[in-house]
Amino acid sequence: MVTTVMRENELKIKITLPQATEVKKLEKKSLVSYIYVGEPRPMYAAKFGSEPRIQLNDAISDLVDIRDFIASEREARDEAEVPFMTASLKVDENTKMGIVSDIKQSLRDAQALKINYSTRKGTKK
Amino acid sequence: MAKREVPEINSSSMADIAFMLLIFFLVATTMDIDTGLARMLPPPAPPDIDNKAPLVQEKNIFVVLINKNDQLLVEGRPIELDFLKDQCKEFLQKTDQPNFPDSETKEISLIGRFPVSKGVVSLQNDRGTTYGRYIEVQNALVAAYNEVRDELSMEKFGRKFDELSEESQKAIKEAIPQRISEAEPKRIGGK
Repeated sequence: MVTTVMRENELKIKITLPQATEVKKLEKKSLVSYIYVGEPRPMYAAKFGSEPRIQLNDAISDLVDIRDFIASEREARDEAEVPFMTASLKVDENTKMGIVSDIKQSLRDAQALKINYSTRKGTKK
Repeated sequence: MAKREVPEINSSSMADIAFMLLIFFLVATTMDIDTGLARMLPPPAPPDIDNKAPLVQEKNIFVVLINKNDQLLVEGRPIELDFLKDQCKEFLQKTDQPNFPDSETKEISLIGRFPVSKGVVSLQNDRGTTYGRYIEVQNALVAAYNEVRDELSMEKFGRKFDELSEESQKAIKEAIPQRISEAEPKRIGGK
């Protein structure tokens, strides 16, 4: 069925989410910050190369930017809501874990401990 | 006396209006529900801590390793992903037997005395492991935990874990704590 999807931001990278069965719904969308990881789309490949990159909001970013990103996301929210904020990792299934581990490490350093591995809901085998 | 005609509202455009509304709401509905596996990261380690891991007996750990070729090594033996869930379930349910974890009997409200397994699932991957594989493994481990919890809920409360009240869920969670520990990845497969 055709429906409207409100896009939060324009993706400059390709993402095919992995499938999982034990998924939970993500609650309170306003408290979720998205981190995208994947190979840059062909039109951006000349600028950013073909290795998987991180996208925060609208821009392709580096690992060091995550700290500032989390800080700015926190600033935008009410102080009482900060402990409930979730970082949703939307990562392409063919990405290597190295970059994901680095992101997890910087999220730990930034005290953003609640994370969510975004997946498609798959069928039970 | 002349017969009075009952005035009628012209309703020929009613269908048009209804269709317009229908189409508007069809198109303007968002169905973008985000789903995923929720996880908590461990808080950053204080710099002055010595890097010795807390001593956990070997039989209390369920070791899952994923190498850079996405192959699994579970408890020292290479296995296929399909068997991981069942093996993990067995590890969580059997306690106080040779090669299975110790247990600690605790008094839990609503359940009573229950032998809580001291088992910890330890997951380590390589930097070259693909993310899809990592999620598959995480999913299998969470599935194992969920099934064990469901079975205990059925036994104690006669309903599945998701359908329990908040207090009963808390009791079940206390009886079967989800302990998945992730070690720092190895650097064999490069970036």
